[in-house]
Amino acid sequence: MTEPLRDLSPQVLGVLVRRGADFGAAEDAVQEALLEAVRRWPDGVPDDPKAWLVRVAGRKLVDAQRSESARRQRELRVFREPEPGPAEQADDTLLLLSRCCHPALTPASAIALTLRAVGGLSTAQIAQAFMVPEATMAQRISRAKRIVSGERFTRPGDIRTVLRVLYLVFNEGFTGEVDLAGEAIRLTRQLASTCDDPEVAGLLALMLLHHARRDARRTATGEIVPLAEQDRARWDAAMITEGVAILQAALARDRLGEYQTQAAIAALHDDAPTTAETDWPQILEWYDELARLSDNPVVALNRAVALAEVEGPQAALAVVESLDPDLPRRDAVAAYLQERAGNLAEAARLYVVAADRAPNSAERDHLTRQAARLHAGS
Amino acid sequence: MTKYLLLKHYRGDHEIAPGGLVPMDQWTPAEVEAHMAFMLRATDDFKERGEFVDAQGLSPEGTFVRYDGEGKPPVTDGPFAETKDLIAGWWIIDVDSQERAYEAAAYASSAPGPGGEPIREWIEVRPFLSAPPTITE
Repeated sequence: MTEPLRDLSPQVLGVLVRRGADFGAAEDAVQEALLEAVRRWPDGVPDDPKAWLVRVAGRKLVDAQRSESARRQRELRVFREPEPGPAEQADDTLLLLSRCCHPALTPASAIALTLRAVGGLSTAQIAQAFMVPEATMAQRISRAKRIVSGERFTRPGDIRTVLRVLYLVFNEGFTGEVDLAGEAIRLTRQLASTCDDPEVAGLLALMLLHHARRDARRTATGEIVPLAEQDRARWDAAMITEGVAILQAALARDRLGEYQTQAAIAALHDDAPTTAETDWPQILEWYDELARLSDNPVVALNRAVALAEVEGPQAALAVVESLDPDLPRRDAVAAYLQERAGNLAEAARLYVVAADRAPNSAERDHLTRQAARLHAGS
Repeated sequence: MTKYLLLKHYRGDHEIAPGGLVPMDQWTPAEVEAHMAFMLRATDDFKERGEFVDAQGLSPEGTFVRYDGEGKPPVTDGPFAETKDLIAGWWIIDVDSQERAYEAAAYASSAPGPGGEPIREWIEVRPFLSAPPTITE
């Protein structure tokens, strides 16, 4: 499906939902209208594509409702006699996203519904991205729609929940023909253009500042390249410039939040020509800020890496040893710090422990290589 | 989202269930039917929840095979019908949390046995290694 068509999908859905249509039924109608557009637009794109889609989706919705029993009559009336709603269509993206990311949904369901209803992806594409059978994804989506359908829906919910879901989509990364990171950026950009919360801008900046390093982050065969060893010439300079500009405008609003803070850390890395020339003291300050904003123990672990650059590996090791032994990647960070401190045997031992506990095979392989490198050298 | 393997063993390091199990061939036909129906229902339940990835049963008989050098046929050992630990089959589910994976495994373990009582067999739960996340710093 073409990009402009996918951009229109949430707008059309927004119109139907604002007119009072049932969310699940409206979403089905929009999908059908999109399919009809794919069939018919090659013969000539209508002058007003959005109006065309609204008209066709509206007709599909009425058709679907006519064919149902009297139970549906009430909704049909509501749809034919739209309530006077806000004329601004700009709010629809947030409205739809907060419905798709309803707190009653599990993260997996919220992600699936968001990608379909707002992202305009097909069920097959979403299934492929998450490597589950299409029938399972269809079921996950229809179950999610059942949970969020039924109630009238005119006010956006908590934007934090929406940002969390978009962050999770981005972090899923690239798993096949559907570029989830790119999709997360597209949706966050859409949201940022209609919503002036600095944390939305912060999340968009965070995504861009990480996405800019994508080509340098892995070798051609998928092996992890640590930040210190990445070829920084392969970072996307234009994307970094855009991310920094968005971040600076957000920070100027003086309403700091977690995503702006994480983006600030990413920006400082992106800004440095080498690891050695990185502004580690400032990164450490941002981690202190982040620790105040978030109780996530992973922050303390990442802060320890910055602390090692500022005060040396011993200070950082003392911090890491005070953290929960079951914290993911704690052993990997400890191994790295022990190596920096010159304790190669202990570092090698910890790399092996960390490899056994790695949550994914790319990290496991990376850690195994580190252990093998130290064993070969000693 | 993580995928988990819910593994059913014929036997293993764990005794297969508290107090052991009466072999299924000694159950009444109705008890066997009830057990089989439960297994299908468990699969349907995972499907209905949008969690199902795969379900398979394995033949109890297996053969060990290995490479024996260039141009030589594979070396085989077996077939064995009785080994120390035999995998009977599995479900693969895609769920939000380890907690949910454990809940699903406990449900699978509640399949009815003799007298319609839950057999409480051990189910091994193994997370799949996933793709690395984008944001790590």
